Amino acid sequence: MTDSSASNSRQKRDFGLKRRYAAERRFRLFGQAAIGVGLFFLAALLFTVFSKGYTAFGQTSLNLDITFDAQLIDKNNARATDPDVLLTPNYAVLARDALAMKLGLGKLSSKDRKLVDGIISNGTKVQLRDMVMANPAIIGTTQNIWILAEADIDSANKGQIDLSVDEKRRKVSDRQLEWMAQLKADGTLAQRFNFGLFRNGASSRPEMAGLGAAMIGSLYMMLIVLVLALPIGVAASIYLEEFAPKNRFTDIIEVNINNLAAVPSIVFGLLGLALFINFAGLPRSASLVGGLVLTLMTLPTIIIATRAALKAVPPSIRSAALGIGASRMQMVFHHVLPLAAPGVLTGTIIGLAQALGETAPLLLIGMVAFITDAPVTPLDPATALPVQIFMWANEAERAFVERTSGAIIVLLMFLAVMNITAILLRKHFERRW
Amino acid sequence: MQMNTKFKPLENVPLNADPSPRAISICAEKVNVFYGEKQALFDIDLNVGANEVTSLIGPSGCGKSTFLRCMNRMNDTIDTCRVSGKITLDGEDIYSRDIDVVELRARVGMVFQKPNPFPKSIFENVAYGPRIHGLAHTKTDLERIVVTSLQKAGLFEEVKDRLQQPGTSLSGGQQQRLCIARAIAVQPEVILMDEPCSALDPIATAIVEELIDELRQNYTIVIVTHSMQQAARVSQQTAFFHLGNLVETGPTEKIFTTPDDPRTESYITGRIG
Ligand SMILES: Nc1ncnc2c1ncn2[C@@H]1O[C@H](COP(=O)(O)OP(=O)(O)OP(=O)(O)O)[C@@H](O)[C@H]1O
Ligand SMILES: [Mg+2]
Repeated sequence: MTDSSASNSRQKRDFGLKRRYAAERRFRLFGQAAIGVGLFFLAALLFTVFSKGYTAFGQTSLNLDITFDAQLIDKNNARATDPDVLLTPNYAVLARDALAMKLGLGKLSSKDRKLVDGIISNGTKVQLRDMVMANPAIIGTTQNIWILAEADIDSANKGQIDLSVDEKRRKVSDRQLEWMAQLKADGTLAQRFNFGLFRNGASSRPEMAGLGAAMIGSLYMMLIVLVLALPIGVAASIYLEEFAPKNRFTDIIEVNINNLAAVPSIVFGLLGLALFINFAGLPRSASLVGGLVLTLMTLPTIIIATRAALKAVPPSIRSAALGIGASRMQMVFHHVLPLAAPGVLTGTIIGLAQALGETAPLLLIGMVAFITDAPVTPLDPATALPVQIFMWANEAERAFVERTSGAIIVLLMFLAVMNITAILLRKHFERRW
Repeated sequence: MQMNTKFKPLENVPLNADPSPRAISICAEKVNVFYGEKQALFDIDLNVGANEVTSLIGPSGCGKSTFLRCMNRMNDTIDTCRVSGKITLDGEDIYSRDIDVVELRARVGMVFQKPNPFPKSIFENVAYGPRIHGLAHTKTDLERIVVTSLQKAGLFEEVKDRLQQPGTSLSGGQQQRLCIARAIAVQPEVILMDEPCSALDPIATAIVEELIDELRQNYTIVIVTHSMQQAARVSQQTAFFHLGNLVETGPTEKIFTTPDDPRTESYITGRIG
């Protein structure tokens, strides 16, 4: 063979390098574009939620010197013998008088009275009544206290009401706006941190509505899911993966677990309704039932993740352990499970996060109820964060819009805390190999 | 997680003595092994002498590893695998109902083809076996066992300053010696080695071979190897497997110089394999 023919044949060989590199570049571009799109939507989501929702963490309040007029509260001075007389007076008048005084208004015309009342939250009368009931000694004294402003006033104060609209079709009148400016100037009207959002239960008045019942309900359910689904799921996976004989029966179980993971969650709600409420007689709307339903829903996820994590542990580790005379149990718990732990944790957190955001099955077991008092035990009626979001999203009032977003922020915070915990735990386990 | 109470290897072995009970012999009779429908071993009869190194040779897929796994019942862990026939360890049938596999595997140690240290520290790797079998009662006992085992495996000098580092951070040859140390630490009576040097360079191989020769004083050793030279160097007895049959067995010298069977001759001269 001559030199020239050798170099010729060398030139002719086509490895298609150009094409291959082009394909690789295209693929990289696609990947980057996909990630870009994902990031864009994430940013858009976070931006809308936070920009709409952050105002929910502040609430417009009024600082008033309220005189607990004995004449109005207990005309006949009968409270010593019959404390129930303190329940009936119209405490709203106390706040109205205090505010009117602050505004420098004399005797109120009936139109003005309506406008002044419109600034004060409906909940004030309950707040004042509770104060008097708790401590009747304050009757006859003047107390400096913070009360909530009405939701529309709150919205106006946060600039959420369009003032260019004709006064007649606006919820806040020009007169009220003037008063607001005056009260703001002397420090009576101010934005304060909205503790009520975390303390209060459901309310038809936006300024008094809170996530208390929902947060405690969600917390209980997460605990129940964690305590039940994690050990049951891990034990089931270990048994199926390491101990059970591989036969038709275990194959069928495996297929069914995979199918269960794909069952729509509302079906689990129906199952929970039939099993836990109708059959077992557990109370409706209770976080215990919610937790049990979510446990059923989360189990397949945890089992699948755990089995995948166990499968990923190299068989040589098992042989090594068995080869020096470890029992199967020792093999699993000393060697296999520690190596699988990060995967198990990831699966558990994904399952928990799914459960935390689940709404549909909870609707079926009555957790959509109007719960005004925060639940104390898991047997008390409760609701859940996503259900509360769902309910608020259906409300018409402007002030519920920001609360809906605020509740979403709280839900996202819950998720963030859970994920960070998972990452820390995973780090911890990985360091121990 | 308590060990089988029958198994108390420490009863008559003082701790500071050489941690190795007397070696014993293995006897296989009419051993047949099936993987599902497929038969992998046919009527194997083989005697493994005490304090001897027996090497199993033969072409790939002939069933050497399978036979090795029969001797510590590691085949039990393969779902499709069925074993019939009789294998006795010092006269005791290891497939009988009275035998506990956990105890058996503590008596018959195994070193695998691919080094498989636990992803734990070097110390933990060796200490794990003695710990689960309750061979050490104090921390000092345990440390002594670990050090002696590492010394016997010829690894101690190399790792004595880094016992707390992961066993997986060692080189391949060091890992294999760590696995040998791990097997020795349980004070077995027999050591099975499946191509222990297949992943090692000639220097590490030489170290392991020397080690095998030393270990023979105290243990009965069965080794699978693809290297004729290695079989010739380390073993006293050689068994040649072919297609699931034990073709020929005898003193190593005889197998390698005047084999009876033509297949053996073809294999060792490199014509089948
Ligand atoms: N786990 C298993 N499942 C099914 N068949 C197996 C299994 N292990 C081994 N076999 C089969 O049994 C036969 C013997 O295999 P074995 O691993 O014992 O061979 P070997 O002699 O060790 O080969 P090598 O020298 O390549 O390691 C082979 O035909 C193999 O396909
Ligand atoms: Mg093999």
